[in-house]
Amino acid sequence: MNDETPLWQKMATAGAMMIQGTPQARALGMRVISITEARAVVEVDWREDLVGDPETGVIASGVVTTLLDNTCGVAAFAALSEPMSTATLDLRIDYMRPAKKRATIRAEAHCYRMTKTVAFVRAFAFDGDDETDPVAAAQAAFMMGASGRMGKNRRPPK
Amino acid sequence: MSGAPATPTHVDLNELSAMFEAVPYAKFLGVQLELKGDELTAILPFKDSLIGNPMLPALHGGVVGALMELTAVAQIFLAQGGKKIPKVIDISIDYLRSGRPVDTYARAHVTKLGRRIANVRVEAWQFDRADPIAALHGHFLLKSDEAEAEPKG
Repeated sequence: MNDETPLWQKMATAGAMMIQGTPQARALGMRVISITEARAVVEVDWREDLVGDPETGVIASGVVTTLLDNTCGVAAFAALSEPMSTATLDLRIDYMRPAKKRATIRAEAHCYRMTKTVAFVRAFAFDGDDETDPVAAAQAAFMMGASGRMGKNRRPPK
Repeated sequence: MSGAPATPTHVDLNELSAMFEAVPYAKFLGVQLELKGDELTAILPFKDSLIGNPMLPALHGGVVGALMELTAVAQIFLAQGGKKIPKVIDISIDYLRSGRPVDTYARAHVTKLGRRIANVRVEAWQFDRADPIAALHGHFLLKSDEAEAEPKG
């Protein structure tokens, strides 16, 4: 890969590493399925310890929240021409229906607009192949080039 | 206040904790509950696996969202006097600061407890309650009324 290689292509090659480098993504067992320009697809498998409702055995909505947030962040990053720090401004999620028990959840995110400072991202979560029947929908905004010095959070706020 | 219970509810911390302990995902995150009177605080003790940005380092935004969502669920459970676990319909999260690698706290306020829907606001903080790291506003479906939630005809 040379310097002309778009950032998203480098990310696509390093997809597995991006999850390995994010402890919570690793803890949930997230898998990057694909990264293309301004788009990302990430999956998480159903697991006993991720259940949110013991009566139904359905995966917790919090897992879907984290998956959607993560996938939106990757899509925003994949819309950049050079890496910069990002910070989530807001995240809105509609949960249309519970996921099917034991189903893998797939999140598909698209950064449809990138300004100098803000990335606007939309995403859907699915528990099957039917694109007309999503489990959840998300809308997120990210601040690009946020002040993110390495180790900044190791000290308490002033 | 319309819809809010006029008398104190009779759910104690044991009942609340039992409800929470039965939720595997709450255990996965490590969320704990504290109840003083009717004031409920959810605590998320820090652990490395909660990190989403290892450079800063910062808590995963999804984790902070999930903590606030669980706090809302517990607060509704309390306000209802303990029934079934409510189901989230939608949430809107504002991220105000990145979550530092320390313990996080959250408290929820049920703005309206209707027959079928609860409207809830939650704030999460770390060092200073007056300086929250995130806020959530959401709607939840009260499951005990689920059978009648579907419009007839």
